[in-house]
Amino acid sequence: MEMLRFALAGNPNSGKTTLFNALTGSTAHVGNWPGVTVDKREGICKKGSESVQIVDLPGIYSLSPYTPEEVIARNYLLDERPDCIINIVDATNLERNLYLTTQLLEVDIPIVVALNMTDVLEKRGDDIDEQELEKRIGVPVVEISALRDTNVPLLISRAIEAAKTPRGATSVLKASRLYGAIENAEIAFKLAEVDSPLFHAVKLVEGDNLEVETHPKEAQAAKDFLAKNVSRAWEFGSDTEAEIADARYKYICEHFSPTLKRSRPVKKGELTRSDKADRILTHKWASIPLFLVILFAVFHVTFSENFLYLATIIPPFGELCAELSGTTMGAIFFAEGLNSPGAILFYAMDALTASIGNGILSVMESANASAWAVGLVYDGIWGGISAVLSFVPQILVLFLCFSILEDSGYMARVAFILDRLFRRFGVSGRAFMPMIMGFGCSIPAMANTRTLADEKERTATIRVIPFFSCGAKLPILTAISGAIVTFFGIGNAEIITYAMYLAGMGIALISLILMRNTTMRGETPPFIMELPAYHAPRFQNLMIHLWDKLKHYVEKAFTIILVSCIVIWFLSNFGWNWKMAESMNDSILASLGQLIQPIFTPLGFGSQLGSWGWVFAVAAVTGLIAKENVIATFFSLACALLTAAGSGAFSGLESNPELLAELLALLGSGEGSEEGVLEAVAMISATGATVPALLSFIVFNMTTIPCFAAVATAKAELRKGTFKWTLLFWLAASYLASTAVYTIGSWWWTAFIWAAVIAAAIAGVVLYNKKASQKEKRL
Amino acid sequence: MNKLLSEFAIGESGTVVKVTGEGAIRRRLFDMGITPGAHIYFRKKAPLGDPIEITLRGYELTLRKAEAAFVEMKLD
Repeated sequence: MEMLRFALAGNPNSGKTTLFNALTGSTAHVGNWPGVTVDKREGICKKGSESVQIVDLPGIYSLSPYTPEEVIARNYLLDERPDCIINIVDATNLERNLYLTTQLLEVDIPIVVALNMTDVLEKRGDDIDEQELEKRIGVPVVEISALRDTNVPLLISRAIEAAKTPRGATSVLKASRLYGAIENAEIAFKLAEVDSPLFHAVKLVEGDNLEVETHPKEAQAAKDFLAKNVSRAWEFGSDTEAEIADARYKYICEHFSPTLKRSRPVKKGELTRSDKADRILTHKWASIPLFLVILFAVFHVTFSENFLYLATIIPPFGELCAELSGTTMGAIFFAEGLNSPGAILFYAMDALTASIGNGILSVMESANASAWAVGLVYDGIWGGISAVLSFVPQILVLFLCFSILEDSGYMARVAFILDRLFRRFGVSGRAFMPMIMGFGCSIPAMANTRTLADEKERTATIRVIPFFSCGAKLPILTAISGAIVTFFGIGNAEIITYAMYLAGMGIALISLILMRNTTMRGETPPFIMELPAYHAPRFQNLMIHLWDKLKHYVEKAFTIILVSCIVIWFLSNFGWNWKMAESMNDSILASLGQLIQPIFTPLGFGSQLGSWGWVFAVAAVTGLIAKENVIATFFSLACALLTAAGSGAFSGLESNPELLAELLALLGSGEGSEEGVLEAVAMISATGATVPALLSFIVFNMTTIPCFAAVATAKAELRKGTFKWTLLFWLAASYLASTAVYTIGSWWWTAFIWAAVIAAAIAGVVLYNKKASQKEKRL
Repeated sequence: MNKLLSEFAIGESGTVVKVTGEGAIRRRLFDMGITPGAHIYFRKKAPLGDPIEITLRGYELTLRKAEAAFVEMKLD
């Protein structure tokens, strides 16, 4: 006998995920619903007399045809026909939750209502007479607490029982004057032997787009019937959709709501604990500063190397930290002070991968493996794996922090606070959070765009996320701005870094406006959203969520990312003769760099830099593995330059012998400097790159194709067909932005040309839009 | 007195008379419980003046003024 299949349906924030986890435990796995990036969770429940399969439908408020979630749930119920629907209902929010129930009742599948959060209700002194409710709804009602795991076995056994007897569809719309039309349509569907005729009939009379499209003949008949028999319905400007929604809520208020006995009447404007929290968290003046503080705290917990500034506040502790950071174990916990949890995990992972790497190296050397084999395994494969693994700890900490904010209900408030600001750029307030996460790491940021309802908004957001310069891009910024200050003796490294961050954000916002007006055109999505009551996040839900993300990331890491890393390693270590190159100078990558060097001329680091100019192109390519590699590449190339041309290679440093001596000492040591400033100085002195060219190089790295790990995430998150355009978009955006930076920096008057070009582009877009909207109107 | 939900002041409350507009937005308003006869309490505005937060049917809902302008209300 085949296993019974139950679908879990309910409103968002009704405790559906918690119930799903309580039912399925460790058997759950996450996939995608076909064609869309909405999570599909499935698992096996063994809590009843027999094992049953549970499918978690997306959280929905209704079975209307507008959001992808609603369409998924609807199609699943109608086409896949589960054996039973477990409808989870939040007892503290009965009316709105039962609205979905009234629609589910119209499908002829057995239903069990799981009345959740009754413990919260009881704490308030209220009570629901569930036996009375069961009688009135006509399907089993089980009081549960998903959180405390109360009555979950009872729920599943009643569902198994219900699944074994067929249930005829029922409707709460019998009193409505539209019911004649519904019955008429139902008969037509019955004759046509369509499943769930009542459901289809109701949707048809509602004028539901999906239904009318699939059953045009019946739709026309229903329309005629309405015109003939219910013409009174139209007299006062009402319509069937409004009338049916209204009838459902009226029925709920009259028949279902009275089963809730309140201990005392609700006073107008009475404040719950959640409301009190909201008085501060969404306060007119305090909310935005508080949001910034929370955001800072998230990044502090993830990245800080001076946690809570303890080392600064308590100097003796700081001295202790400095002392301990010298030891192997101490280096994991202490850097500039006490490390944050994210940083501790980062250094622990670092130490782990380094010791495994050393192990591999010594095993291979003792086995007398040839140089290329050692290179392939140690530098290529293991180098790629550790680059990927090195991101994991901080990605997870960042993920955890944002999951806590999401689960607690705060993220909805962030959208509420910031919606006004972001609407100007054509996205809703929700899009802000993923963008800000981008400052930490693009990978969790891109995955987090799943909270955005609109597909075009989501694509546009994913595309600009890399422009919010991530943690791994910071070394490029500090090294090159440090080198600008050291070599040219101008400016201030912090200010340059800060300005570059701002430039990245500016490019992101401009791109958003452009995209939302052209290729990703669309109305700013409507913003009608529940603000759920705050609650403590569930530990189990958080861990399951994190585990899913980790699994997903590691799967990607060991396929696409690893292969890409090996290819780049091969290109940068082998010459055209298929033998290992003496230095990177002779590699395939170097010659490819020379080939594409002219392309970068408008960006300031192309042909004008002469014979060594290709180093910048090569560094940008190695940056695809991980952006930290850009500076590491500078080091190996500087060493190669020294071998190839002696100290004369750094002719730009002749006037500064001290700096030259320092550089030669560094190159002789065989290990790059901590900040990478000297390596960058070496590149500047060898190529004669100008300040605008260097700034342009930073902007290029910031806005071009991100690291392979982020690219793989983007590919998984984007709709089919948009991925290749996204790659192209990144290339075009970085090329244009860097060219603008270089030309304006070199010849200030070109700013006017850029202004003219931008004005022309805006005019073109406006004109195009006018035409497009005229066309839409005509259609 | 009748006025639009978008014109309400903080602390005012009323009953829904009619929902105008069309398509997805209108349907969404219905699904969230904004149907004729529903009682709405205008709780607050976002720091930048928009969107707004309302209480109805025992829960909190946020929507933009543009969408609230589709809701005709009778002031209590």
